[in-house]
Amino acid sequence: MPQPESPVPSHPPRVLIVDDEPNIIISIEFLLRQAGYTTQVAHSGEDALRILQQEPPDLVVLDIMLPGMDGFEVCQWIREHSEWNHVKIMMLTAKGRDAEISKGFALGADAYITKPFSTRHFVEEVHRLLTPPAEDRI
Amino acid sequence: MNLGLISFVALIYIGALFAIAYYGDREAERGRSLINTPYIYALSLTVYCTAWTFYGSVGRAATSGVDFLPIYLGPTIMAALWWFVLRKIIRISKIQHITSIADFIASRYGKSALLGGLVTAMAVLGVIPYISLQLKAVSYSFTLLWHYPNLALPDLDAIPILRDTGFYVALIMAAFAILFGTRHLDATEHHEGLVLAMAFESIVKLLTFLSVGVFVTFTLFRGTGDLFARAAMQPDLRRLFAFDQTPLAYQNWFWLILLSMFATLLLPRQFQMAVVENVNERHIETATWLFPFYLFVINLFVVPIALAGRLLVAGDVSPDMYVLLLPLERSANWLALLAFVGGISAATGMIIVETVALSTMLTNDLMMPLLLHANAFSASRDLSSFMLNLRRGAILLVVFLGYLFFRLTGKTFSMVSIGLISFAAVVQFAPALLGGIYWKGGTRRGALLGLLSGFLVWAYTLPLPLLAQTAGLGDAFIEAGPWGVSWLRPYALFGLTGYEPITHALFWSLLVNASLYLIGSLWSGESALEHRQAALFVDIFRHVGGSEQVQIWRGEASPLDLQTLMQRFLGRSRAEQLLSEYARTRGVTDWRALETDADMIEEVERQLAGVVGAASARVAVASIVTEEPLDITKVIHMLDETSQVVAYSRQLEQKSRELEAATAELREANRRLQELDRLKDEFISTVTHELRTPLTSIRALTEILYYNPDLPAAQRQQFLDIITKEIARLSRLINDVLDFAKLESKAYDWNLKPVNLKMLISDAFDATRQLFLERNITVRMELPDDAPDALTDNDLLMQVILNLLSNAAKFTTDQVTVRLRQEGDFLRVDVIDNGPGVDPAYRETIFEKFSQVPPPDGIRRQGTGLGLPISRAIITQLGGRIWVEGKPGQGATFSFTLPISPFKPSQETSHATT
Repeated sequence: MPQPESPVPSHPPRVLIVDDEPNIIISIEFLLRQAGYTTQVAHSGEDALRILQQEPPDLVVLDIMLPGMDGFEVCQWIREHSEWNHVKIMMLTAKGRDAEISKGFALGADAYITKPFSTRHFVEEVHRLLTPPAEDRI
Repeated sequence: MNLGLISFVALIYIGALFAIAYYGDREAERGRSLINTPYIYALSLTVYCTAWTFYGSVGRAATSGVDFLPIYLGPTIMAALWWFVLRKIIRISKIQHITSIADFIASRYGKSALLGGLVTAMAVLGVIPYISLQLKAVSYSFTLLWHYPNLALPDLDAIPILRDTGFYVALIMAAFAILFGTRHLDATEHHEGLVLAMAFESIVKLLTFLSVGVFVTFTLFRGTGDLFARAAMQPDLRRLFAFDQTPLAYQNWFWLILLSMFATLLLPRQFQMAVVENVNERHIETATWLFPFYLFVINLFVVPIALAGRLLVAGDVSPDMYVLLLPLERSANWLALLAFVGGISAATGMIIVETVALSTMLTNDLMMPLLLHANAFSASRDLSSFMLNLRRGAILLVVFLGYLFFRLTGKTFSMVSIGLISFAAVVQFAPALLGGIYWKGGTRRGALLGLLSGFLVWAYTLPLPLLAQTAGLGDAFIEAGPWGVSWLRPYALFGLTGYEPITHALFWSLLVNASLYLIGSLWSGESALEHRQAALFVDIFRHVGGSEQVQIWRGEASPLDLQTLMQRFLGRSRAEQLLSEYARTRGVTDWRALETDADMIEEVERQLAGVVGAASARVAVASIVTEEPLDITKVIHMLDETSQVVAYSRQLEQKSRELEAATAELREANRRLQELDRLKDEFISTVTHELRTPLTSIRALTEILYYNPDLPAAQRQQFLDIITKEIARLSRLINDVLDFAKLESKAYDWNLKPVNLKMLISDAFDATRQLFLERNITVRMELPDDAPDALTDNDLLMQVILNLLSNAAKFTTDQVTVRLRQEGDFLRVDVIDNGPGVDPAYRETIFEKFSQVPPPDGIRRQGTGLGLPISRAIITQLGGRIWVEGKPGQGATFSFTLPISPFKPSQETSHATT
């Protein structure tokens, strides 16, 4: 597993995992921590919003099929608030139809990965999202 | 003047009249119709102008000035409406074979014999005096001419009947009417000779009257200017030029105009000429202007003659006779003779046509219905000649009655009063007739009530006081009212005073008549026949011909019966001819081959109606056609050709409706299929999602293990555990899906045998014991030993109980109770936990497959999402019921029931039972 560069050296980027499957959460948490990120877990959309309001993460890994408010709604909610403009969103879901993928991007997702996913691909995408564009770098 | 000369001239004129009539009939027999021109038609209508016009107008003008005018203004206004009113009446009469106004009204109101008889009686009673008036005019003019210069009118009582000219005139008129008015049996056939003679007569009376007028104005005076100037010098004559200044004069005019308007239409002789003798509807167009023009011309010299008479004729003489007296005064005897001929002409025309019309009504609408009702005829008798003789007898009767009335009352009444009284009598027909052709709601009862009441009021307010006066007890009766009751005074009923008697009578009689007609119609129903006739009369212009009528009358009669019937009234050859003609229209060569149907009966009735009138024809036909009471199935069978088409189109409509229904069913089935298809898609999509979830964990964790060979042993063990569980979950899910699909498709093989539920539950608990031990859950079993076995499928039931137990193990806090008991024919199992419970809103949803119900406590448990749906499918198919109870936060109780025996699988599954 390649060690990702830390984009902001002062503190590691924080990733919010929103999913309701405990075993999937375990695997994602493991992957992200191994890559050097701080993780937080929300079991539902409502949970996720509460955490967002308290302490906005750098990335939200978002499932769609959630009890209560679903992933699309969470995504839309985040994008409707300009103060969370910097928050990246990655949809990570079993829903893999073209229409669902288009909908995810249309609602402002930055990446869309279908389950079951390749762990490598997942980590690369997270890394890509959390690395600022070249011209912004010092 | 010489008696011989007068008689000679009179006979010459009457001879000419006979000759013309004979000529007209002979030409008609040769197929050449002389009356088929609008001018003859228009002139024949001027039979309206009688001796009353010829002598009486001058008389009225001489005493009350322009008051004679309304009687001619009314018809002028009516003529303008002919195109709408008269044309409709003619059209109806042609189609219905109407023979008279009584026939018309009877026919409109369901061919009511009663109504026909009433109208006939009213017409005869009302018009007989009018006929007597004509006889009186002829008789007096003759006497005056003969005895001049002796002006004293002879005392009728002193003249024996055989020396009375009126008597001879009456006889000659009767002879004429019989000769030319009863030539054909079918009264709807045109009396060509009669009409032609009437047209001739109208020209004679016009020319003679104009001759006298010109003579008076331009020989006795130097033109109208001179005449009026000299009249204006006398104050009592000047008054005649102007309108009456009494306050009610205009009302009097109005009512007189209304009266004469209706009379033009309703007098039997006018109906005869305008409707029955009409050859072509379009003739009305010419008559609409020619008839008023004739009236205008004949009235031109009325005022000059009247004024001249007032100026020149001395002595106590009836002004009615000025037309004769003025020429006599100046010894212009030839002109006096001419005027006398004109008077005869006017009188005879009226008598002849009126007599023909009344005799038709009397025979067809009064005598025949009575005779037919009384079964006065033996069935085999040929009635055609009897009918003709009956009509001839009726003519004699009418003329005789007219003469009798003249002999009895001739001294007393003036011409004008009698003429107006007759008018007022026939005007009573107006509401029933006009209502009948414009208002479908008019009913027989309404017409009867209106006519009868109008006639009674008329009789009470007009002829009764006159008769009372004749009898010498008039004054008390008129001034104080009967028995001194003042509001019953015949000339001031209910205190209505100030009007002329005629206006007063008209007001009350028409008011009562029209009101009762309306009220009676609104408050009574109509028979089917009445309803049909009403529709036919009112909507006549929508019907092309009579054949469009939908017959609602059906009975049993053979064509031979009908032929016999027609033969009785029409004669053998005519009956044969008509039936053959009818058979041809039906495409049959021999009428005996016809099948009697409603249309044929209708045709026979129509032909008979032309002879004996609608009401009689109906009675006659009914006598051989046994009418069956109508019921709805009969009505359906009673379809004639037209309604068969209607039925056919109904069948088409029915077919088209069935097709539409089938289409709708197909559409619905298609929609259900699409819905099922969508549900299947959804199911697959959900199953896929559910399969992806464990796969995701398995793949991710396997990759982690693969890429991280140096993971700590504990973590490695944890991941492998998860992978194992997820793989188990995956296989369980696949099994569930397959089970579920089987249950859904009812393809499950049932294996029924007696099952002891206590044992089954214990086995299930043993299988899941590990789950309870892991979470330290106390399990209590309440399983009675005496619970009976149930005939059911052991494995399926086991699956349900396992499901409920593992659910309870997952959700309970620390306690689960399983209870078994018997409830009637059912066993009941409760699985009670003390977990978070189920939100009432989701109590049904949790039994749906893959339902996304949020966990009550926010903690997601392992599960396939198919456990409860499968359990419900099993229990339902085993004949039981499954449900959940309990309040949120206080645990959940899942219960199901199961029939003990005999096991009856639900209907859909019975075929799958082994």
